[in-house]
Amino acid sequence: MVLLTMMAAVVIGVVRLRNLFAVVILSSIYSFLMASVLIVLDAVDVAMTEAAVGAGVSTVLMLAALYLTKSEEAAPRHTPLLPMFVAVVIGAALVYGTIDMPPFGSPDTPMNTHVGSGYLDRSIPETGVPNVVSSVLASYRGFDTLGETVVVFTAGIGVLLLLRRNRRGKTGE
Amino acid sequence: MRLDVVLRVVTKLLLPFMVVFGFYVQFHGEISPGGGFQAGVIIGAAVILYAIMFGLDRAMRVLSVSVVEKMISLGVLLYLGTGFVGMLKGGEFLNYSVLEHDPIGGQHLGITLIELGVLVTVAGTMIAIFYAFAGRGR
Repeated sequence: MVLLTMMAAVVIGVVRLRNLFAVVILSSIYSFLMASVLIVLDAVDVAMTEAAVGAGVSTVLMLAALYLTKSEEAAPRHTPLLPMFVAVVIGAALVYGTIDMPPFGSPDTPMNTHVGSGYLDRSIPETGVPNVVSSVLASYRGFDTLGETVVVFTAGIGVLLLLRRNRRGKTGE
Repeated sequence: MRLDVVLRVVTKLLLPFMVVFGFYVQFHGEISPGGGFQAGVIIGAAVILYAIMFGLDRAMRVLSVSVVEKMISLGVLLYLGTGFVGMLKGGEFLNYSVLEHDPIGGQHLGITLIELGVLVTVAGTMIAIFYAFAGRGR
């Protein structure tokens, strides 16, 4: 709860600030808080990813991008009423959706009774891997992970193509 | 000018531990939290830290742009190759149980290999994007 309150405070700071450097640092802080929340929820694998990618590498990349542009946000051209309305409606819908959710950690939810317990029972005898997250990711859902790797590959190639062509165009002039 | 000497020394001290921790996360991922993706990000971050502290040129002498770009596709190839080796040995695509004589050993080998593929792709992508950004500023 304390962490979530701090996250809300950080978000308000991000919205109000005009200096993009401070915004980047604040989103890094947000990622660290998010990683702490995930550790509290016992999702250590995801927390590790969030801390390394969200707080670490993406902050560096944002700073590198900031170095190429201005560090002050331009003043908004139109009123923020419509985005505000959309955000409030979606937020209300999400909160309405959580009302039906089972209490946190209850053992008889669908995700704990069907597939989840099946993986927990089968992982050690079939693969001998104690970390069930790893065995599900790499073995039972190998196709999913292959797809993720290809997504990373495609994203990397795309970014490289965009950045490289611009650089060559600039030096060619 | 020389005020960053503390940062440089600390970076030099920290780098081996970062890389070793990255490989620990990779090869110990079956038992403790972590896996190829996390390990790739940690190792990519180590190289990026080196590039920030000691300059892009010295980092590119360690890992040149062409090597990094080959890493991106090499990881995907390693992943796919592991899947096809499973097919050639008589199983389904990405079935690791046939990679070795006993299924559990095969699962271990297969998981380690594809996580290594994920690591190589993720680390390569991170470093390549950073190189591309940092290279444009000059």
